[in-house]
Amino acid sequence: MTKLNSKIPKGNLAEKWTNYKSHQNLVNPPNKPKLDIIVVGTGLAGASAAASLGAMGFNVKIFCISDSPRRAHSIAAQGGINAAKNYPNDGDSVYRLFYDTIKGGDYRAREANVYRLAEVSSSIIDQCVAQGVPFARDYSGLLDNRSFGGAQVSRTFYARGQTGQQLLLGAYGALSHQIKTGNVKLYSRREMLDLVIVEGKARGIIARDLVTGELEKHFGHAVVVATGGYGNVYYLSTNAMNSNTSAAWQIYKRGAFFANPSYVQIHPTCIPVHGDYQSKLTLMSESLRNDGRIWVPKKKEDAEKIRNKQLKAIDIKEDDRDYFLERRYPAFGNLVPRDVASRAAKERCDAGFGVGNTGLAVYLDFASAINRLGKDVIEERYGNLFQMYEKIVDENPYENPMMIYPAVHYTMGGVWVDYELQTTIEGLFCAGEANFSDHGANRLGASALMQGLSDGYFVLPYTIQNYLSKDIKVPRMSTDLPEFNNTLNEVKERLNKLMSIKGTKSVDHFHKKLGHIMWEYVGMGRTKAGLEMAVILIRDLKKEFWSDLRIPGDINGVNTELEKATRVADFIELGELAALDALQREESCGGHFREEHQTPEGEALRNDNDFMFVGAWEYKGEDKSPELHKEELKYEAIEVKQRNYK
Amino acid sequence: MKSILNYSSLSKKYIMAIAGIFLMSFLVIHLAINLCLLRDDGGEWFNAAAHFMGTNYIVKFFEIFLFAGIIIHILLGVILQIKNWMSRPIGYKSGNKSTTSFLSKYMIYTGAVVLIFFIIHFMNFYFIKVGWVESPVPMIDEEPNFYAIAQLLFANKAYSVLYIVLITILGFHLNHAFQSAFQTLGINHPVYTPFIKSFATFYSILIVVGFNIIPLFFLFFKA
Amino acid sequence: MNLTLEIWRQESPKAKGRFETYKVQNISPDCSFLEMLDILNETLIDKIQSPINFDHDCREGICGMCSLYINGRPHGPDDDVTTCQLHMRKFKDGDTITIEPWRSKAFPVIKDLMINRNAFDQIIQAGGYISVTTGGVPDANSIPVNRNDAELAMDAAACIGCGACVAACKNASAMLFVAAKVSQFALLPQGKIEAKDRVKAMVAKMDELGFGNCTNTYACEAECPKGISVSNIARMNREYMCAKVI
Repeated sequence: MTKLNSKIPKGNLAEKWTNYKSHQNLVNPPNKPKLDIIVVGTGLAGASAAASLGAMGFNVKIFCISDSPRRAHSIAAQGGINAAKNYPNDGDSVYRLFYDTIKGGDYRAREANVYRLAEVSSSIIDQCVAQGVPFARDYSGLLDNRSFGGAQVSRTFYARGQTGQQLLLGAYGALSHQIKTGNVKLYSRREMLDLVIVEGKARGIIARDLVTGELEKHFGHAVVVATGGYGNVYYLSTNAMNSNTSAAWQIYKRGAFFANPSYVQIHPTCIPVHGDYQSKLTLMSESLRNDGRIWVPKKKEDAEKIRNKQLKAIDIKEDDRDYFLERRYPAFGNLVPRDVASRAAKERCDAGFGVGNTGLAVYLDFASAINRLGKDVIEERYGNLFQMYEKIVDENPYENPMMIYPAVHYTMGGVWVDYELQTTIEGLFCAGEANFSDHGANRLGASALMQGLSDGYFVLPYTIQNYLSKDIKVPRMSTDLPEFNNTLNEVKERLNKLMSIKGTKSVDHFHKKLGHIMWEYVGMGRTKAGLEMAVILIRDLKKEFWSDLRIPGDINGVNTELEKATRVADFIELGELAALDALQREESCGGHFREEHQTPEGEALRNDNDFMFVGAWEYKGEDKSPELHKEELKYEAIEVKQRNYK
Repeated sequence: MKSILNYSSLSKKYIMAIAGIFLMSFLVIHLAINLCLLRDDGGEWFNAAAHFMGTNYIVKFFEIFLFAGIIIHILLGVILQIKNWMSRPIGYKSGNKSTTSFLSKYMIYTGAVVLIFFIIHFMNFYFIKVGWVESPVPMIDEEPNFYAIAQLLFANKAYSVLYIVLITILGFHLNHAFQSAFQTLGINHPVYTPFIKSFATFYSILIVVGFNIIPLFFLFFKA
Repeated sequence: MNLTLEIWRQESPKAKGRFETYKVQNISPDCSFLEMLDILNETLIDKIQSPINFDHDCREGICGMCSLYINGRPHGPDDDVTTCQLHMRKFKDGDTITIEPWRSKAFPVIKDLMINRNAFDQIIQAGGYISVTTGGVPDANSIPVNRNDAELAMDAAACIGCGACVAACKNASAMLFVAAKVSQFALLPQGKIEAKDRVKAMVAKMDELGFGNCTNTYACEAECPKGISVSNIARMNREYMCAKVI
C-alpha cells in the first residue's frame, strides 16, 4: 500500500541505535576522500554534519545562502538545549526525555527516532563543551540547568539568552577547522535551486551564485539538505528574512515525499504586529512565562477603551482582569505548552477581549512578580529581553505590562525521512528543521537545537556511511552529463520565465497576500470550509503571481527580487500542500487545531484510530493532485494518552 | 634576524609602546633638569646637570637607547599609520561620529608636531653639544653654556609662545600615549585601568605645566 | 515622517559608485530602519527601478548580517543595537539621512550597501576554534570552569561578526573581532591547549587581509552592538606577547 519504508532497526527501543551502529556498513579511511558529499545549509544541522563528515575524511562541499555560515537562523534560538544528563539529580533519564518529547509532540512522532534523539542528547553537550561553548555554570564551575515548558525536570543547558548563537558558533568553528584542513569547501552566497538525479540517485545540485547570478553544477555521491523550516510561508514569522523552503520544495518536486506540512508551531510570546509595513516578528523567550502573568480585561468595554487609548492596562482593576490561562489550566497556569497558550490567546482576542491598537494582543504582566521579588530580580532574569522589548515597542515593560501575541515560529513538518534520515530519493538526506522526524505535531522548547545537532554530529555521520559504502566504486561523475545539463536548463528556464513576466506587482505583494491567507485559514484555528477556501485562494494567487509579477534588474549579478521570487513561488505551492494536509487530517493534534475537533472545553481532540500516521505527500506533477502516503505510527514503549495540562 | 618591518602589527605596537614608555620616563628627568633654570644662580645647577648628562657614561649608554627609541617609535608610527590609511581607501561621506577619545584620533598629527619640536630643540641644544651647530653664546671651558642659550631663546617672546604651544601639543600626545601603551602591552584591568587613565592625565598635565613654567617665568619675571 | 535619504549606489564590485538622493513619505516612527528601506524599495520597484541592495537576515539583532553606516555611525544613532533594531523614532521629521556601506579595504562592496565580509571567515578559519572533531570528547562536567571565566568568555563570545568595529575604527582595524574570539578560548581550559598557535595564526591572518592596526581609540567598543569590551583587545595583546616571547 505504501512506498514508505522507515527502516527502523529491530530490537528493543533502547537497543535499536546501538544495533544499527553495530551492524551498519562503513567506508574505510582510504576510500573516504574519494567520496563527495554535498551539504546544503550551514545551520546547526548542516554545519555540524559537514564538520563531522569532513573530519572523517569525506570530501565535503557545503553551500551557504548568506555571506557566512554563522548567519544561519539557528543563531536566533534563545532559551537552551535539552539533554538527558541528569546533572541536577532530579530524576531525568533518556527514557524521560524521550517520553516528554513524544507526549509534547502529541503522539505524532516516530518512536525510534525520538528515542535515538534522547539517547545522543548527552553527547551533544559533551561535544559543545569541548568546542568551547560557554554554557552557564554554577559557582563550583559545573554546568547549570534551567527548566523549560512541558517537562518536570531541569534538563536545559543554556548560554544566557543566546544558546542558539553559541551552539551555532561552535559548529561554525568545527566547520571552519575542516575548511582549513581542506576536507570541506565552503560555497557562500549560493542558493540551491534544484537537485540532480542520475539513475534514480541524488548525485548533485544546481546552485546559483547570488553575486554573479551564474548557475553552477555540483556533483556529490550523496546530498544532504539541511535548509531549515518553512515558517516564512506565513510571511510574518520569527524566521529570518532569507529563511525559505526552496531546497526542500525542489527535492519534493524531484520525488522526495513531504510529510505533515500542516504541523506548524505558533509561539505564544511574540511582540504583536504593529503595522502593515512590518517585515518580521520578534520572539520573546518562553522563559518570560515563568514570572509573567497573561491576562486580558474581563469586560469587553474595557478592552475597547484600551484599544481606543482611553484606558491603560494599569487602570484596569484586579477584579476586572481575566487571567485566562490560570483560569483554564489551574495546574500548569501560564506554563502550558506553546500550542495551548497560543490558542487560548487567540480565543480571547477573537472573542473581542484583545488589547493593543489592533486588538490582537494580550498582556504579559510582571507587576505581581516585581512586587513579590523586587525589580532587581526581574531585571537580572529578563533585563535583556525587557530592553529589547522597549527598543522595539518604545514602552517600559517594568511599568506597563508587555503586549504579546502568538506568531509562527517553527515547522514540525518537513521532508519525509526514514530512520537513516534518508528521503524517498536514494542518496538524498535531510536533516534539522527541514525534515519532519522528531517533533510530531508540536515541538517542546529547547528541542530544536538538540535535534539539529543530533542529526548533524551523531546520526548522519553514521547513516551516510552506510549508504556510501555501496558507492566506493562509483567514480566522481562529470557535471557535463546530460542529467546535470538538463536540470540546469530547467532551472534556467524557470528563472527566465520569472524574469519575463514583467507584470506590475512586487514579490512582497504576493508574499504578504499568501501570508494573510495562510494565517487566516491555515493558522491557529482551522476549519474544513476555511481550508477549502485557502486552497482556492492560493491557486488563484499562484496564477496571479505567474502573470503579474514584476522583477526589476538583471538575471545576472545580484538580484534580490529574483531570489525572493523563486522562494515565494515555492512558498505558494507549499502553502497549498499545507492546506491540503490540514484538510485531510480530521483531528486536532499539537499545532494543528481543527475547530470541528475539540472537547466541550475547547481542548484539542485527537483521533488516534484514524490519524495515528505520518502524512507523506508525493508530488505527481504540475496541476495534478499530490498523493498521500501514510506511515503508521506504532508506540511500543509508551502508552498513548490524551494530553492534559489542567 | 628578521627585519623589524616584517613583524606583526602587534609586535610593532609592543615595540612602539615600550619605546614610548622609555621616552616618557626620560621626559621626567629632562623636566627635573629644566626646572634648574628657575634657580637664580647664573646657570650653575643647570649647566652642572647638562654637563653630567653630557659626560656620564651610564647616561651616555642610555642615550643610545633614547635615540634608538625615538627613531623606532617614529619609524613604526609612520609605518603603522600608512597601513591604517591604506586600510580604508574610500572614506565616509558622513564622517565618524562615534564616541571615542578625542586625542586618540590625532596621534599621528600631534606626533608630527612633536617631531618638528624635536628638530628645533636639537638644533638649539643637542647639535651644539656635538658641534654640528655653532653656539650662539660664548663657550665656557670649551663646553656650551646651555643656560645662556636657554636665556637667549626665551628672551625671544615668539619663541616662548611657540614653545608653550608645542609643549601643550606634546601633552595631548602623551595623554593618550600613556594609557594606550598599557593597553597595547596587555595591561587592562577593571581596577587599575581607571587609575592608569587618571595617572595619564596627571602625567601629561605635569609635563605641560612643568615645562611651560620656564618660558612663562622668563616671559614675566626675566623680561 | 518625511525623510530625505542619501544612499550609496554601486552596480557591481568594480563599478564606480555614487550617492543618490531619495525621498520617503509618511513613515511611521514605529517602523524599523530596514522596514523604512523596504518601503522605499517598494516604491522603486513600482517605478521599475532596481531596489537598494543591503544585507539583512534575522532582523532581531543576532545574525550580524545587517551593516549600514548611518549618519556617521555604524548601525546608526542608537546605542547597543544593530541596524535592524534601529527604529525611525530615533530620527526627526524632515531629517536627511546618509547611508553608506562599511568602508574597509578588507570588506569590498558587492552591490550598493552589500559588502563582502569573507575576511572574517578567513580569520576564524586560521584558528578561531578548538580543534576537536566529533566524538571522543570527555564528559561535559569532567573539567570545571571557573564561573567568572565562563562569564567573561560568554561576554566575548557574544560577538555577532557584523563588522561594526571595523567600520567604526578610523584605521578599519579588526582587533575587537579577533580579540573577542581569542579571548573566549583563552579564558576556557578547553581553549588553552592551542591558545598560542591560535592567537599567532589569527593575528597573522588579520594582518595579511589588509585590516588596519589598533590605535586604542575604542570606537569599536562604543559601536559594538553587543557591547564587547576593549579589555579583550588587551587580553589578546597579552596572549600574543606570551605566545611570541615565552
